[in-house]
Amino acid sequence: MSAYLKIDHIDKSFERGGVVTDVLCDVTLTIDQGEFVSIIGHSGCGKSTLLNLIAGLTRVSAGAILLEGREVNDPGPERAVVFQNHSLLPWLSVYDNVNLAVSKVFAGRKSRAERHDWVMHNLDLVQMAHARDKRPAEISGGMKQRVGLARALSMEPKILLLDEPFGALDALTRAHLQDAVMDIHARLGNTMIMITHDVDEAVLLSDRIVMMTNGPAAHIGEILDVPIPRPRDRIALASDRSYLKCRQAVLKFLYERHRFVEAAE
Amino acid sequence: MTATARKAPIEAAAQPAPSGKVVPLGRAPVSRIDLGRIAANLARNVIPPLVVLAVLLAIWQVSCSGAGAPLPPPTQIWADSSDLIAQPFFNNGPQDIGLAWRVLISLERVSIGFGLAAVVGVAIGALIGQSIWAMRGLDPIFQILRTVPPLAWLPLSLAAFQDSNPSAIFVIFITSIWPVIINTAVGVRNIPEDYRNVARVLRLNQLEFFLRIMPSWNSSCASCCRRRRPTSSPACASAWDCRGWPSWRRKC
Repeated sequence: MSAYLKIDHIDKSFERGGVVTDVLCDVTLTIDQGEFVSIIGHSGCGKSTLLNLIAGLTRVSAGAILLEGREVNDPGPERAVVFQNHSLLPWLSVYDNVNLAVSKVFAGRKSRAERHDWVMHNLDLVQMAHARDKRPAEISGGMKQRVGLARALSMEPKILLLDEPFGALDALTRAHLQDAVMDIHARLGNTMIMITHDVDEAVLLSDRIVMMTNGPAAHIGEILDVPIPRPRDRIALASDRSYLKCRQAVLKFLYERHRFVEAAE
Repeated sequence: MTATARKAPIEAAAQPAPSGKVVPLGRAPVSRIDLGRIAANLARNVIPPLVVLAVLLAIWQVSCSGAGAPLPPPTQIWADSSDLIAQPFFNNGPQDIGLAWRVLISLERVSIGFGLAAVVGVAIGALIGQSIWAMRGLDPIFQILRTVPPLAWLPLSLAAFQDSNPSAIFVIFITSIWPVIINTAVGVRNIPEDYRNVARVLRLNQLEFFLRIMPSWNSSCASCCRRRRPTSSPACASAWDCRGWPSWRRKC
């Protein structure tokens, strides 16, 4: 069986002024359709670089990334990205920000009325339809991230890439958005890859957790299966044995076996 | 049950429900144009410059009233040229027209010259901001040309156009285009990487990028100039600051 997304022995190095820095070294990973995979690691371990490679925003130095058997070489709407700092265009309303994506991706495939319905449907999914005429500056950080999520979902991506989507939010807002993402994942069955540095978030949301070793030349240290049935409830999980076991495994990996060494920077 | 939910019935039981009487409110006051406030506002803005003007005129009058004064005092100027100032709209043939007509002709030239500079400057600036090769090729030449003063362009322009009107428009155009080009290029180059990534994921083409993403520099700038508040947007360059200031120095 061929995997949905296949990351095949990729290397990534950056060259600047004749100095070559290896960021990723021999990363191999396969992801099935509908799977939720988190990538966790200390800062500077190249997890964002890995996401940018999957998004096609940067090119691999060696190896290949295949989505449904086709090589990923450039960015495209079938691999939508939810950026860490939402990246909404501040001069467009919430509606227009989503509509920018919809009218580009579905130009010629949907009529004007259908596109409008699709924009509103996606805003409804993230419970932001009430703020359709607001500018990004007029809504809260969590709401912005919801709109960013709606924009990405509206592209009907094969894979949704989340780059530390909740990193800039407070704990309560973050929990709300995690629930929203879990709900959307359950309803739509999207394949999702999320970068995070939050252990609880990774265990709560993921089917598998990919743990990266420290850079430079980072690689996948360990892949952990999270055998917790869905739907998951954060309150019930707090005392769940397998949840605690997974959590402990990730913590051990991050803080015992691959401690973050500041001096390496 | 949450703490507030548990507390609520106890409090409700302890206090008897307050007996209320509905008091109808009067009609909301109709907002009326407050003449007093408008007058006060006007006075605040008009009186200070008038006072300064009066003081300056007084100094001029006093210093130029002596017998051997090189310049005439304001009273002398008013006596000699009051008819020109009082009647700005006379028209006695091609070279003998009122002040207002002359001002209008100048305004027309400025609007044509600056309008052309804005269109051409934004186009060239966008090109330089987007393309590293265009910048390398054009930037050194522009940096030299922009230092040429307007008075030096005038004879060149007159020699080329052989007529006062097009050459005046050209001088306005050529001196106002540099700030527009430079600000546009800086603004476009400073478009946040995130917005570029959004455009790349959506596969926007060059024209769509120009229309959808590039407004980051001009809309943020226009809004901050309009609202007179600092903007956090680094992509803000005041190319549209059309008052002729060296606006690339005055990041808004």
